[in-house]
Amino acid sequence: MTFWERNQLRLAPFLFLAPAILIFFIYVIYPIFDSIWVSFHEWNGMDKEGTRGNGNPNWRWVGLNNYITLFTDDEEFYVSLFNNIRWLIFSLLAIPIGLMLALFVNQKILGMRYIKSLFYFPFVINAVVIGVIFTWFYNPKYGALAYVLGFFGLDPVPFLADENLATYGIIIASFFPGIAYTMILYITGLTGVSREMIEAGRIDGASGFTMLWNVVLPQLKPATLIAIVVTIVGALRSFDLIAVMTAGGPWGSSEVLAYKMYQESLFNYRMGYGAAIATILFLIMDIYIAWFLYRLFKNERSEK
Amino acid sequence: MKKLITLIVLFTSTVVSAGTLVVNSNQSGESSKAAFDAYVDAFRAAHPEVTVVVNEFEHEAYKTAIRNFLTAEAPDVAIWFAGNRMKFFVDQNLFQDVSDVWADADLNDSMASTKGSLTVDGKQYGVPWGYYQWGVYYRKDLFDNLGLNVPRNWEEFKWVCAMLKKNGITPITIGTKYLWTAGGWFDYLNLRINGYQFHMDLTAGKVSYEDPRLDATFAAWRELIDPGYFLEDHASFSWQDAQAPQINGEAAMYLIGNFYVPTLESAGIVDKMDFFQFPTIVEGVGVAEDAPTDTMHIPSGAKNVEDAKKFLAFMSNKEAATNWATMGGMLSPNKYADKPTNRFSVMGAEMLAAADDIAQFWDRDANPDMAGAAMEGFQEFMVKPDREAKIRARLEKERARIHGPL
Repeated sequence: MTFWERNQLRLAPFLFLAPAILIFFIYVIYPIFDSIWVSFHEWNGMDKEGTRGNGNPNWRWVGLNNYITLFTDDEEFYVSLFNNIRWLIFSLLAIPIGLMLALFVNQKILGMRYIKSLFYFPFVINAVVIGVIFTWFYNPKYGALAYVLGFFGLDPVPFLADENLATYGIIIASFFPGIAYTMILYITGLTGVSREMIEAGRIDGASGFTMLWNVVLPQLKPATLIAIVVTIVGALRSFDLIAVMTAGGPWGSSEVLAYKMYQESLFNYRMGYGAAIATILFLIMDIYIAWFLYRLFKNERSEK
Repeated sequence: MKKLITLIVLFTSTVVSAGTLVVNSNQSGESSKAAFDAYVDAFRAAHPEVTVVVNEFEHEAYKTAIRNFLTAEAPDVAIWFAGNRMKFFVDQNLFQDVSDVWADADLNDSMASTKGSLTVDGKQYGVPWGYYQWGVYYRKDLFDNLGLNVPRNWEEFKWVCAMLKKNGITPITIGTKYLWTAGGWFDYLNLRINGYQFHMDLTAGKVSYEDPRLDATFAAWRELIDPGYFLEDHASFSWQDAQAPQINGEAAMYLIGNFYVPTLESAGIVDKMDFFQFPTIVEGVGVAEDAPTDTMHIPSGAKNVEDAKKFLAFMSNKEAATNWATMGGMLSPNKYADKPTNRFSVMGAEMLAAADDIAQFWDRDANPDMAGAAMEGFQEFMVKPDREAKIRARLEKERARIHGPL
């Protein structure tokens, strides 16, 4: 027997995995470390050997300077960070609303399938299109919102032009696809809810909210976990809606870390600074994902 | 397999063969694309030995793509902008010196008016193909109804605004969502109050944003902001959104570039519109205008420099130069080009010919970093004028970071 024939079974899985792993390393792992490396430099994105107009080199080691500037000398960084936190907290509202919708459409009524697909529809629309639609909706002069408010005799609210409201306006737009997604997660979760338990609960006198809270929700836990993860990751990388709806404005008040990173590196030619912001964002996500995995494994172990 | 190999060979050979000229273009709008295509076709007819390959980019995406392709895979010709935007790449040694094209094709004579904006240290690094004026586009019918005349100075301008406001018309429409429209206002106020040289020093980072001479600029701006002469909630509108009030007859004036005219034509209100030069504010200050110039350059990494120079030199062809500029609603920098026929372009050409100085535009004159931060500040000032001191302190900090201490 040749070496290959002897070890075929053991080697085959690795051979099949090799292309995926290789691509994962080239396009995911390597860029992460490269970004961290760039974040310790001042770089304008040009030839690393070249020099700038003022005589300084394009690529220069600055140690932790980018991080120091970020934390001590950049108000916009804190605005972005705070907005990210607002996104984290408020976008979670999509989950209970999605659950309510899922419970609502989870009935055997004629035509419910079509209603379900209608509710799911926003998730299929591209985020940029949603952004444009909501920008029109909020338009304080000709938008639908101004029209409705005017109907009740109220003045239009310029959601996207107000430094305090802009972020909330965009988060509300993000509900549109977010709710649809969590709804679908819960609909699939609901098909797995055991009928016997519900009947047992009914015999024990549970109904309405008690039934939902004590019998149905615990069985929906896997769906809830996925919904939370997806929503939070979505909130942290929120970018497309902001770019379309406010471009970070008015005067930078609706920027988040991802958008600021894009602005600094692609428009302001500060690749190192942008990379430092990316690294911070990466760390925030990492801490969160580590915590989440820890909880997941702990739960699984206790279930066994 | 054999077929595939021949295909690959064929493909690569067309890419590298001599006589192929690769042009990267940002002329993605309908009319500007047609105008650029006309120039390329004319060039093909005049130089049948050159195969021109045009890579077209979307206008905004081009601004970020250019940095990649100039360093990674340079085309033979790239379209770009004059002023600081060009200088940035010249400083990086990414654009070639094309002074010989200027000399050989006699551009020094025909393009004399825009030569300065393409010159760094006495050498030319590109050839202009079009420019356009900025100014106030206004509803003549609304002015006539109220018996208003074109304002010639600041007092008259404010009076016109007050009269329009009194009659329920928004005096000035503007959409500052993408910031640069606010940069136009700052440009004109500062050029009219402090003059061209001061303005250029400011964009070059040689003057503090807390300089007392800027007080007057912001104060004049406030004279329009405080009485509410600008469109309400302008931070929610793009420059296109801000057209609607004027087209609907709810707003009277718009400080914008001549690229606005095609919209006026398609909206069917062009007959109700007219144009006036931004009024004088301080008597005796030289008249400077914003006239952004669009250009062509040869990247340092170009493979076919010889044909690229032919492509640039072809701008000396009066007919081709005329077509490219006028079909896209611009003015040709070639002084032998046919005079424009569109009345807005005619007015613009006369105004610019009489101007003492020509500025590019805020975000083309200033360093990109500084331009962005400053325009954000201008937008904030237009909504919260009470924060002036705080905004200017922030801009000065940013200026010091980018340009160093004074």
